[in-house]
Amino acid sequence: MIESDDFVQALQDIGFNFFTGVPDSLLGGIYATLLERRLFTPSVREDEAVAMAAGAYMAGKVPAVLMQNSGLGTSLNTLISLNLIYRQPCLLIVSWRGFEGKDAPEHLVMGQTMTQLLDTVRIPHRALSEQTAADDFRWVAQTFMNARIPLALLIKQGVVKGIQP
Amino acid sequence: MRPEEGTIQSRARAIQAVLGLLTDQPVIICNGFPSREAFKLTDRPTHFYMIGSMGVAAAIGLGVALSKPNKKVVVLDGDGNVLMGMGTLATVGALKPKNFIHVVLDNEVYGSTGNQPTLSRIVRLDQVAKAAGYVHVERVREREDLVYEFKAMLGNDGPSFLLVKVSEQAEDVGRVLHEPAEITRRFMKAIE
Repeated sequence: MIESDDFVQALQDIGFNFFTGVPDSLLGGIYATLLERRLFTPSVREDEAVAMAAGAYMAGKVPAVLMQNSGLGTSLNTLISLNLIYRQPCLLIVSWRGFEGKDAPEHLVMGQTMTQLLDTVRIPHRALSEQTAADDFRWVAQTFMNARIPLALLIKQGVVKGIQP
Repeated sequence: MRPEEGTIQSRARAIQAVLGLLTDQPVIICNGFPSREAFKLTDRPTHFYMIGSMGVAAAIGLGVALSKPNKKVVVLDGDGNVLMGMGTLATVGALKPKNFIHVVLDNEVYGSTGNQPTLSRIVRLDQVAKAAGYVHVERVREREDLVYEFKAMLGNDGPSFLLVKVSEQAEDVGRVLHEPAEITRRFMKAIE
């Protein structure tokens, strides 16, 4: 399992310096680390967070947005009618609730269709794993700089350490 | 002319008054007529014209304001937009960026889609902003009051909220002619 401290450090090493979003239990450790490092700007909705990140990007920051995958639904219009057409990159750190159908009912449809949804709107994505972490972070850095559109790093349960071990 | 009787200015006139008091401050302008009218009145590279993503103008402005604390950031918003992203009033009120000025052009209708009524003729958005924690909140109708209050907001710490009651009148304006990616590029360069 990846320590949340190492996860946040890896992103800071790439240059990410503006973090916002809405919490999820799978992202609890990352969220706590960001708060501890005073790096996190709170937000009340995922579309708001994505738009704040767009503003921060245009003001010179390198932004990332945390969200549960349900938040992809909430932020979809902002992602496609702001970020994608205005060429504003943003790293989406998305928890993969409902992965392989093992979750509460409200997560099952998004858990099953999330990668198709991302493909449909042409948002590049990749699931983080401990074995490929170095490669995954390299992919994040390169895609962010080159594509200048949002990209999603998907976080499954048990990949990054939460608040409770 | 509703709900208050008496003289009320057009949105374009209000936009002109605000832009006339600005020089190189970043301005985020919400989608629909406000962006199109502002573009026709005064086109500056410091303008970020939205053409979609309704409801998030203030959130974009907040991201800019938090990242550029030494620049006053102005958001030109509409009542329909504020109602759609009302949670952002709470985010602004809680984070309290001193350099954030939120101007809401309130004509009480969705003007870009055929003047269907919004809820702002019932819900006082200025009172919502006050309750959410904006430091200065004013509600104006006349042009001279708009100029007076906006100047004060430019000179003082915020976050500030200026509700401007405007008429439903829309100018005969075309679309914003810059490509979206070009709007991003030149805005970034202009506020560097």
